[in-house]
Amino acid sequence: MEGIGWKTAQIRLVSSHPEVYEPCDDSFALVDALLADRTNLLLHRPAICLEVGCGSGYVITSLALMLRRQIPSSAAYFLATDINPHALSVTGETLAAHGVEAELLLADIASGLEDRLAGKVDLMVVNPPYVPTPEDEVGAPGIAAAWAGGENGRRVIDRILPAADRLLSSRGWLYMVTLTANDPSQICRLMGRKGYASRIVVQRSTEEENLQIIKFWRDADEESAASSPTTIAGRVIESLTSHLPRLSSFRGTH
Amino acid sequence: MRLLTHNMLSSNIKGVVNGFPLRIEAEKVIHKEVDLNPDFLRNIFSKIEWRALSDAARSLGYAELPEEAEESMLDSDEFLGKFHHALLEIHLEEGALVCPETGRKFSVSKGIPNMLLHEDEV
Ligand SMILES: C[S@@+](CC[C@H](N)C(=O)[O-])C[C@H]1O[C@@H](n2cnc3c(N)ncnc32)[C@H](O)[C@@H]1O
Repeated sequence: MEGIGWKTAQIRLVSSHPEVYEPCDDSFALVDALLADRTNLLLHRPAICLEVGCGSGYVITSLALMLRRQIPSSAAYFLATDINPHALSVTGETLAAHGVEAELLLADIASGLEDRLAGKVDLMVVNPPYVPTPEDEVGAPGIAAAWAGGENGRRVIDRILPAADRLLSSRGWLYMVTLTANDPSQICRLMGRKGYASRIVVQRSTEEENLQIIKFWRDADEESAASSPTTIAGRVIESLTSHLPRLSSFRGTH
Repeated sequence: MRLLTHNMLSSNIKGVVNGFPLRIEAEKVIHKEVDLNPDFLRNIFSKIEWRALSDAARSLGYAELPEEAEESMLDSDEFLGKFHHALLEIHLEEGALVCPETGRKFSVSKGIPNMLLHEDEV
């Protein structure tokens, strides 16, 4: 029982609340990216894993299930934050329904963790609010904060990137969802200047949006460079520019 | 909230210099058994502020941890068992985490600490 054999969270067991973001294309794409990279993840053996903005708990639950299949229980410490208190209750229910555990924190990105958790996170996953919206919708109470990203959808992302850089361990990996409108190639260059290599793990186009799941890791991390097809920011840019003509307004379509 | 998480939290209120460790005010503490994983404990040991952990455990009624610890102690099963229990099995369900410098309380409800700051604290 309790999820033995499951690779990802089961939608019927994912809890919900009117003010909590339900698993959507972006959530599925992020979990697919983790699945696609699962062999590397299992070799990576992350000890401390953090999800920022856990929403329904679909992603952190899937991650815990995925890693648990090979790594015995309590071998990794999972933390999940959200700015929406309902999201944390829902995530708690989703985790429990699958028989896995994570520590939950009501926080702005990783507030309260920045000092002591600095340099300790081996794996970070984020499906941020990325939809371009008017600035005043960013961080508003309730469901709007789940997608409202302000100008170019970058308001929250641009605060997550330095936090990730601070929290990630020297062998840490970050998987993040972006939209073409977020200018992912610029995000990769920005992270490149902080010493990170990047690669698109999953790319997905729906009627309304082009999603990318980008993996970031420190350039000096030979292991991950060797075990995954190395693609630095340059190649990411190349593959992204082909999508630029399709850029349009994504407001409310998230 | 486990004591492992307590060990990773500090008060980040603007102007606070020494926000760690947060003092615990406990209203409800529960214990949940989990499997002991020696590899995980060895791996996490170096990341723990030991004194904060042993003090926190003591404040919640578990006084079995020594005041100081070093790597070599991880060879002892007895020590591992106590470390495991303090770190992962004691949960603060209801109560508060108190900033050591300002006395500001971060509430803990249903095991979830509220680390959000008010506008004038950022
Ligand atoms: C796009 S949803 C993703 C939810 C879930 N991870 C998923 O993939 O289905 C973004 C989540 O981030 C949360 N969020 C927004 N701003 C945040 C912030 N500053 N700090 C922490 N979480 C935030 C929202 O409440 C929402 O739950």
